[in-house]
Amino acid sequence: MAASIESAPAASVQGAVLPAVAWALARDLKISLRSKAELGIQLLFYVIVVTLFPLATTPERSLLAAIGPGVLWVAALLASLLSLSRLFAADHADGTLEQMALSPWPLPALVSGKIAAHWLTTGLPIVLLAPLLSAQYALERDAMWILTAALLIGTPILSLLGGIGAALTLGLRGGGTLLALLVLPLYVPILIFGAGSVDAVRAGFSAGPHLSLLGAGLLVALVGAPFAAAAAVRVALD
Amino acid sequence: MKSNGSPSAMLEGDGLAAVRGRAQLFANVGFRVDACQTLFVTGPNGSGKTTLLRMLAGLSTPTVGIIRWMGNTVAPFDARLREDVAFAGHLPALKDELSAIENLVVLAALGGEKVTTEQALLALDRVALSRQRTLPARVLSQGQRRRIGLARLALVNKPLWILDEPTTALDSDGVALLTTLLCQHLDANGCAVVATHQPLSVPRFANLALA
Amino acid sequence: MAAHWFLYASPASFYPIAGRMAPWFAAAAAALALVGLWIGLVVAPTDAQQGDAYRIIFIHVPAAWMSMFIYLVMAFWSALALGYNTRLSAMMAQALAPTGALMTFIALWTGAFWGRPTWGTYWAWDARMTSELILLFLYLGVIALRNGIDDPRRADKACSVLTLVGAVNVPIIYFSVKWWNTLHQGSTISMTAAPKMAAIMVTALGLMTLATWGYAIAVALIRVRAIIVERERGASWLSHLPEVRRLVV
Repeated sequence: MAASIESAPAASVQGAVLPAVAWALARDLKISLRSKAELGIQLLFYVIVVTLFPLATTPERSLLAAIGPGVLWVAALLASLLSLSRLFAADHADGTLEQMALSPWPLPALVSGKIAAHWLTTGLPIVLLAPLLSAQYALERDAMWILTAALLIGTPILSLLGGIGAALTLGLRGGGTLLALLVLPLYVPILIFGAGSVDAVRAGFSAGPHLSLLGAGLLVALVGAPFAAAAAVRVALD
Repeated sequence: MKSNGSPSAMLEGDGLAAVRGRAQLFANVGFRVDACQTLFVTGPNGSGKTTLLRMLAGLSTPTVGIIRWMGNTVAPFDARLREDVAFAGHLPALKDELSAIENLVVLAALGGEKVTTEQALLALDRVALSRQRTLPARVLSQGQRRRIGLARLALVNKPLWILDEPTTALDSDGVALLTTLLCQHLDANGCAVVATHQPLSVPRFANLALA
Repeated sequence: MAAHWFLYASPASFYPIAGRMAPWFAAAAAALALVGLWIGLVVAPTDAQQGDAYRIIFIHVPAAWMSMFIYLVMAFWSALALGYNTRLSAMMAQALAPTGALMTFIALWTGAFWGRPTWGTYWAWDARMTSELILLFLYLGVIALRNGIDDPRRADKACSVLTLVGAVNVPIIYFSVKWWNTLHQGSTISMTAAPKMAAIMVTALGLMTLATWGYAIAVALIRVRAIIVERERGASWLSHLPEVRRLVV
């Protein structure tokens, strides 16, 4: 009797990591692309913040080139934070997150897919805009490319670490502000190595060590963060 | 008042208790659900029906007590339970941005069931939503959203259904549809736990009344 | 043996033990601090280069050590809480967080007061001071997350996850800040060059460190008792306690 049911789901999906990542990624991308306005707003925020700094300091080119990488990085952190609070919030509110946690797919893989979608829709545009915004800050060509490369390696870490914070603060009062408080200190190393790589190039050194360390950080975050975020999602549902 | 259950219990609860804040919702709740059987959970508002159902689905930890699925004690988010459970809570898990059919395909895939568009269409047809298939979920009524949920249950082929107030927002046709689907599920050796105020006519059932 | 330990892992059995231990640690902390401060502030000679200002290290250094150590201990309890789902471990982590934040704050505050006469500035972007500041942010983050969650069980688990993520990050943060600091050698203030210390100074520092340990343990025990009473309100074992019965009557 019950045995017939037990044998029914022959194609178990318990260990299927990649299809789970793909499912979450495809779904989140589809939803994001249907609400493009939100993506635009987030990117605009980034551009405006970057534009404010010269107005608040000086248009002098040498000083701008000195603070430019840092400004672009800090703006990237803030822009990433702005969208992070919504990473799980909508799914939490409409019950999809429950279904994800109860689905036979591995939850860390589903969470990874969501984080990947977050990076593609918020991190990648920031990376692509970096060469353009570097011009505002009178960065040399070398510095510009290193900055872009550093952002390319570093912004996924922002999404990964931020995913943990977003899951921890799900449904809490003042969730967005709390998220910033939890996540920003964790971003410090990324900021240092990311902005530092450009400083190194401008000072005539190689940016290799910085970028390698960022890459190592990315690997650690890739391996660890989805599990921590999945644990946090389960805690939030309990 | 258990019906003549088969000896092989599918889902069992033993000495379950729940505490919300400082209030004890329920204590020492025990039951067993056999194949082909429905357990109706009844009780006044705030008696802990939703809490109990969330425990059984594996979403939250009982304060005290044990839940067994197919004879195995299961912890929250247990892989064996996740493989077998279809949970329909208060929240519809629908995305406003996606159409009815897209929502259904996505949800079925999440349940581990690879569904073609034709199959999904058929399922929508069964719940009388095939005309609304391309409409975004945003514009559907509450009842229509519920019906997508029913179509999902029919698609995902899970032995354990856990339904929290499934009749909410459904019209009489919808309730009849729910009953039919539930009966088919039970006929296929499935079992169900249903929290409801409105009795559904299924052949074999037991009642669990929370005070 | 394992069963023995799990016995103490129950709040009901730990509550009276904590109550018995706390006064001893508090008394030891007070006695050690008195002797330590007396040696440090009165007996120890004035430093040739730094004058009397150096005496602030008798507070500063133990606080800084304690601030980092407490985070480690919190991470240990958090790991236990997540791994074994023991309530008491999470309560211990919760009880330690404010003390850790306080130690971090004291270390920063006294560091600034030491920096002013020694290097002419309250704040320098020194690697240690910067990491200490970020450590303070981490502590405050854990405390804020705890306060933001109403359900204590969820708060326990969420704070444990955050503490562990932070613990993985602390060495990375320290390393990155140090790296950053060595690259920007413009402001060459090195806090590592501690003054050569006489034996008497080391004695005072040791006593003050022990005093800080005693204080942290005593306060954590007292706080964990308060947390137990708050969480277990309504439990029968609690209502039999003389101090609780006195309150109820």
